[in-house]
Amino acid sequence: MSIFVDENTKVIVQGLTGGQGRFHGLRNRDYGTKVVGGVTPGKGGTDVDGIPVFNSVKEAVAATGATASFVSVPPKFASAAILEAAEGGITFIVCITEGIPAHDEAVTYNRLKKEFPDVRLLGPNCPGIISPGKCNIGITSGDIALPGGPVGIVSRSGTLTYQALHELSQQGIGQTTCVGIGGDPVPGTNFIDCLEAFQNDPETKAVMMIGEIGGSEEERAAEWIKANMTKPVVSYIAGVTAPPGRKMGHAGAIISGSKGTAQAKMDALRDAGVHVCQNPTEAGQKMVDIVRSL
Amino acid sequence: MDLFEYQGKQYFARFDIPVSPGDIADTVDEAVAIAERIGYPVVVKAQVKVGGRGKAGGIQLADNADQVRQHATNILGMDIKGHIVHRVWIERSSDIAKEYYCSFTLDRPNKVHLGMLSAQGGVEIEVVAEEDPSAIAMLSIDPVVGLDLATATKWVADAQLDEEARAQAADILVKLYRCYTDGDCDLAEINPLILTPQGKVHALDAKVTLDENASYRHPEWDAFRATETEDPREKMAKEKGLNYIGLDGTVGIIANGAGLAMSTLDVVNQVGGSAANFLDIGGGANADVMAAALEVINADPKVKAIFVNIFGGITRVDEVAKGVLGALEKVTITSPIVLRLDGTNAVEGRAILQPHLSATLITEPTMLDAARRAVSFANA
Repeated sequence: MSIFVDENTKVIVQGLTGGQGRFHGLRNRDYGTKVVGGVTPGKGGTDVDGIPVFNSVKEAVAATGATASFVSVPPKFASAAILEAAEGGITFIVCITEGIPAHDEAVTYNRLKKEFPDVRLLGPNCPGIISPGKCNIGITSGDIALPGGPVGIVSRSGTLTYQALHELSQQGIGQTTCVGIGGDPVPGTNFIDCLEAFQNDPETKAVMMIGEIGGSEEERAAEWIKANMTKPVVSYIAGVTAPPGRKMGHAGAIISGSKGTAQAKMDALRDAGVHVCQNPTEAGQKMVDIVRSL
Repeated sequence: MDLFEYQGKQYFARFDIPVSPGDIADTVDEAVAIAERIGYPVVVKAQVKVGGRGKAGGIQLADNADQVRQHATNILGMDIKGHIVHRVWIERSSDIAKEYYCSFTLDRPNKVHLGMLSAQGGVEIEVVAEEDPSAIAMLSIDPVVGLDLATATKWVADAQLDEEARAQAADILVKLYRCYTDGDCDLAEINPLILTPQGKVHALDAKVTLDENASYRHPEWDAFRATETEDPREKMAKEKGLNYIGLDGTVGIIANGAGLAMSTLDVVNQVGGSAANFLDIGGGANADVMAAALEVINADPKVKAIFVNIFGGITRVDEVAKGVLGALEKVTITSPIVLRLDGTNAVEGRAILQPHLSATLITEPTMLDAARRAVSFANA
C-alpha cells in the first residue's frame, strides 16, 4: 500500500498552463499518474497536450472527479489557490511553490484546519509525493524511485529526498511512498502525520526520515516515535556544521540560539531508538542492512 | 532580513508605535546637528546588528554638543563583536520608571502566533525565561482571528504591568501585532518598552526581522536593504542572484538544493575538511549560474579546492556539465574542481565532461569519495 495517494488518485494541476505547471504536470502524467485536468482562470475550454483546462477547481472537480490537486502557481497566488482547492472539494493538496510569505502560510494553514478539517495540505515549498509505480505528484524525478516497497521515506529537503531514493533504489530496495514535507516554517503536513501513516501501512516495513536544522519538528517526531512506532526508523539530519543565526536556503533551516541544532535533533532521535546516521550514504546503507535482515 | 534599531524604530513609526524622538547620523557633525535640534540630554547609540552594545561602550549619554561630538567620534568606527559601527542613532534621553518586554513571533510547533509580554524588561528575555518563566505572559494568537484591544487589555493585566501603563501598553501591543502581521515580520520585539515617571509608555529599542518572502509587497524595504553591510563574498553572490553564505574553511562548495548543500558541508567536515561557504544553485543550473557560482568561490582567497555536488532531479546533469565547461571558458579557476554528478542524465553529463578531465578537473562516483578527494587537495 501507499500513503495519501495511490494508483487511482485523480489529480488536477492548478497552474497547468504555466511553465512549471506544464513541465511537471506532463511529467507526472508520463509517469502514469492520473492527471485529469488543469485549472487556470480565463483559460477554461482549452487543453494542455490533451489535458482539459478549467476556469475553476469547482468546475474541474465536477467534470473529472479529481480528489487531489497539484498547486504550481507563483507565491502571490498560492494561498488563494490552496483555499480554492479545498473549497472546490479537493481533499489532498500538494503545493510546490517556494517563497510564500510566512504570515500567508500561517493564515492558510489555520483556515484549512478550521473550515476544511478533512483536507490534507502537503507543502508549501516541497518536492511532492511519489508512490513508485502508482502516482507521482510534484517535481521528483520518477526514474530514481523503485516500486514495491518496503521502505517509506519522509523528508524536509528536496534534493536529499532524491539522494535517499537513489541510495535505496541503486541497491534494489524499493519504496512504498516517499513524501517531501518541505522546508517552510508552516508545513501543512509534518513528520508525525507521515510516520503515523507509515506505521499504519502494512506494506511499509521501515521508515527513513531526513531532517534538517531549525524548528523542533524532529524532536517532536522523536517523542512520537518513542511512544508509538514499532517499525525501524533510520534518520539523517542535515546541517551539523551550519553556523547559528543564518538561513541555510530554506526559511525553516535556521538555528536560533541553542534551539534547532542538528545535535539536539540527533540526540532526541537516538533516545527514541532511531538509527541516526552521519550522512545520506550511511543512512542508505543502514536501511539496506535493516531491510535485508527483515 | 534583520533591521538596525533605527530602521526598526522607523518601521514602528509607520504603525503609530510611539518611540523617542531621534534621527540617524553618518558623521559626527550630523550627530551634533541632530542633538541640537531635538534638545538635550540625548543618547548616542551605535547601530550594529548584534547584542551587547551597551557593555561595549556603544551607548552613551550626552548633555551638550561637546559630549555628543566626543561620544560620536568614539563610537563611529568602533568594532563591536566584529561589527563596525557606521552610523549612530541620536535620540532624546528618556527618564525610566519601569521597563517591560513584548514581542510577537511564530510559534512553529503549534502553527499560530506567539505573543510574549513581561513586566521584567530591559534584560535578555532568554534569561527571564530560564530563571523565572512565570514572569512572562504568553499569548497564543490564531492568525485568522488576530489580536483585538479587549484581549490585549486582559493580557497586560495578566502580565501584571503597572496599572497606569496598562491602557497605553495594550494599545501599543495591538499596533505592534499589526506591524508584525501587516508588516510581514518574522520577529517584532520591544525591549525595553518603558513607562516614564510622567506616565508615558513608549518603545526604547526595536528589534525587527523581516520575512524576505514578502518583499514583493513591501517596496519600502528597499531602503533597508541598501544599508546592509555584508561579507564582500556574500555581496558579490547576491548581485549574481546566488544563495550563498560565507564560512571560514578551505573547500568551496557548490550544490543544488539547500538540504544537499547543507549535507555537503557536513560530509566535508566529517572527512577532515572545512567548508569555505554554503552555496545552493537551486534548480535549472545552466552555464551562467555555474559560471557565477565558480566566479564567486574563485574570488575567495581561502579556497584551496572546489567540490561541486549535484543530484539531478529536475536539474539535468548534462546541463550542469555543459555549465561547468561553459564556466571554465569564461572564468579562470585557480583551485582544482572535484565533481560528483548523479541523478537525471548523469551518464550523459559524465560523458560530456570526460574529454576535459585533468589533474584539476576530476569526477568521483559518490558524495563521500568526492568529499575525500576535495579535502585531500585542500589540506595538501
